[in-house]
Amino acid sequence: MAAMSDMPLVFLRQAPAARLPPPMARSGAFGWLRGNLFSSPANIALTLICLVLLAWAVPPLIRFLLIDAVWSGHDREACLASPANHEPGACWAFIRVWFSYFVYGFYPIAERWRVDLFFLALAFGIVWLLWLSAPRRDIGAVYFFLVLPILSLILLSGFPLIGLVSVPTTLWGGILVTIVVSTIGMVFSLPLGILLALGRRSRFPVVKMFSVTFIEFVRGVPLITVLFMASVMLPLFVPERFAPDKLVRALIGVAMFASAYMAEVVRGGLAAIPRGQFEAANALGLSYWRMMALVILPQALRVTLPNIVNTFIGLFKDTTLVFVVGIFDFLRTIEAARGDPNWASPITGVTGYAFAALVYFICCYGMSRYAQRVEARLARRSGRKER
Amino acid sequence: MTTRSDEADAPRAEVAVEIIGLNKWYGEFHVLRDINLKVARGERIVICGPSGGGKSTLLRCINRIEDWQAGRIVVDGIELTDNPEHIVAVRRDVGMVFQQFNLFPHLTVLENCTLAPIWVRRMPKQGAEALAMKFLERVKIPDQAQKYPARLSGGQQQRVAIARALCMNPNIMLFDEPTSALDPEMVKEVLDTMVELASDGITMLVVSHEMGFARQVADRIIFMDEGQIVEINEPKGFFDHPQHERTRLFLQQILR
Repeated sequence: MAAMSDMPLVFLRQAPAARLPPPMARSGAFGWLRGNLFSSPANIALTLICLVLLAWAVPPLIRFLLIDAVWSGHDREACLASPANHEPGACWAFIRVWFSYFVYGFYPIAERWRVDLFFLALAFGIVWLLWLSAPRRDIGAVYFFLVLPILSLILLSGFPLIGLVSVPTTLWGGILVTIVVSTIGMVFSLPLGILLALGRRSRFPVVKMFSVTFIEFVRGVPLITVLFMASVMLPLFVPERFAPDKLVRALIGVAMFASAYMAEVVRGGLAAIPRGQFEAANALGLSYWRMMALVILPQALRVTLPNIVNTFIGLFKDTTLVFVVGIFDFLRTIEAARGDPNWASPITGVTGYAFAALVYFICCYGMSRYAQRVEARLARRSGRKER
Repeated sequence: MTTRSDEADAPRAEVAVEIIGLNKWYGEFHVLRDINLKVARGERIVICGPSGGGKSTLLRCINRIEDWQAGRIVVDGIELTDNPEHIVAVRRDVGMVFQQFNLFPHLTVLENCTLAPIWVRRMPKQGAEALAMKFLERVKIPDQAQKYPARLSGGQQQRVAIARALCMNPNIMLFDEPTSALDPEMVKEVLDTMVELASDGITMLVVSHEMGFARQVADRIIFMDEGQIVEINEPKGFFDHPQHERTRLFLQQILR
C-alpha cells in the first residue's frame, strides 16, 4: 500500500474531464503522404527505393508500348529499324493485321458473326449474374446455366437443320477457345468442387473414399498429364468413333483438374464454420442438404471467396496448356502468328507476348477487382469490419 | 418397433421426455452413466452441477445432436432411433437455445427466425414473417428485425435465438447454459424472457448455474456430477435440505 500513498483510496469526480481536439490532422493529401509514405526512416527509404524503381522501369515501357510503337503497316517493313525510326517500339500493326485470327482462330470468316453473337450472349449472362443488384437474378441464373450452354453449342458447333453450317472444333481457336475452356472450367469446377468437398467430409465411407481418391489423384498430377490422359489415352480404350471430340476431352480434363483444386478450397471454407452452426441448423430440423445450402455453404463460400477467385484466375491462365493436345488457344495463336515470315522482325514476338500479357492481365485483374467488391459488400452486410 | 408410447391415442403424450438407462462414452470416457429421467408435460427442470458433469451432453441427447451408445430416449411419444424421420420429427418439436447463441451470421434477425418455418414447416414466407415478428415482439426486439446478428448485443442475440426456436412452435425447449456467455448486465434480460416463457406452460429443460432462476421457476432441480444424476428435488428441498453430500458441497461453493 505504501506505493499508492500519493493516490487517495476514495475518489469522486467533481467535474467532467475536458474534451480535447484530436492530435494533428491526419487527413488530406498531405496528411496521407505523411502518415503512409514518410512516417518513419525505414518507410522513407522504402518510398524512395520504389520511386527509383518506377523511374527506371516506367518510362522505357511507355516509350516501347506507346511512343515508339508502330501502329500501322502491312508487313515486316513497318516494324524494322529505319532512318525514320531507329529503334522501333511495339509492332501493333502486326497485332492489327492478325487480330481476327487471335480472336477466332480458323473459324470460317463467313460464320464469325456466330462467335460474336456468342460473345454477346455470354457477356449478357455474366453481367446479369455478377451485377449484384440486377433485376430477377434467378432468371439470370436459369439463362446462364441452362439457356446459354444450349444456345452456345448451337451457335458455335452449328446446327445444319436451321441453316447453321457445322464448324468442327478443330477450326476453333484464339480467344474463343480460351473463353470456352475457362468458362466451362469455372462453371463446372465450383459445383463439382463443392460436392467433392462435402463428399470428403461425408460419413459414408464409400463417398468419402471416392472423393479423397479423386481429389488426391487429380491434384497429384500436373494439368498437362491430365490433358494428355484425357486426349491421348481415352481413345485407346474407347473406339475412335465413340470417343468425344478433342476439345470436349480437353474440357473434361480441365474441369476435372479445376474441381479437385476447388474441392480443397471449399473444404478450407467448410472447416472455418464453427460446429455451433451445424448444431443450430440440426436443432431446427433442417435436413442435411438444406443445412448445407442455406446455412453452411453461404458462409463457407464467403470466407473462401478470395481463394475461389484465386483458383479461377489460376484456371484462366492454365487454359493455355491445352496447346499441348493441339488446341489453338489464344496464346497458341499468337505463337503461330509470330512465325509468319511476312512479319519476321526482332520485335514481333515481343509485341505478341506483350499483347497476350495485356489481355490476360485485364481479365484476371477484372476478376480480382470484382471479387474485392463482393467481399466488401458482404462484409458491410454482416456488420463486420472491412479490411 | 413401437414408436409411440402408451398414450398413443392422446393428442400429446403426458410424458414429454422419457430417458431410460442412458449411457454414453467419449472414447474411453464414460460421460453419461445410467441416466433415468421422466419429464412431465409442462414441467420446468433446471439441471445444475460442476462443469464436465455431463449436463450439456444429456441435454444435447434429447434432440440427438449427440449420439449415445446405450439406453432409450422417447420425446413426445417418439422414440429417438437411427431413423432420420424420427430424428427430424423430434427436432421439429424441440427448440434449443445454445450458450454461444449460434445465430446464422449471414442472415438478418428476421431471416434467422423464418428459415426453419419456411424450409422445415413449409410455411409461406409472409406467414413465417408474421410469426417471427410475433415472437420477436415477445422477446422485445421487433425493431432489430432487419439487422444482422453481429450488430446486436449478446443479450439481444440470445433473445433472438429464443425467438428463433419458438418460431417452430416447439412443445419442449432446451436451454444449454443460455446466460453463461453473456456480460453480467445482460443476464437479466435473457432470464426475464425465460421466466415469461415458463409462465406459458411450455416444457423446459434448462442447464444453468443461475440459482435464483432455478428457485423461482423450476418445478424440479437436477444435480449432476461425473455423468450421473446425484439428486433430484423440488427447489425448496434442494436448496434448504440438500440430501447428498456432493450437492451440499456444490451449493456451498456457488451460493456462499
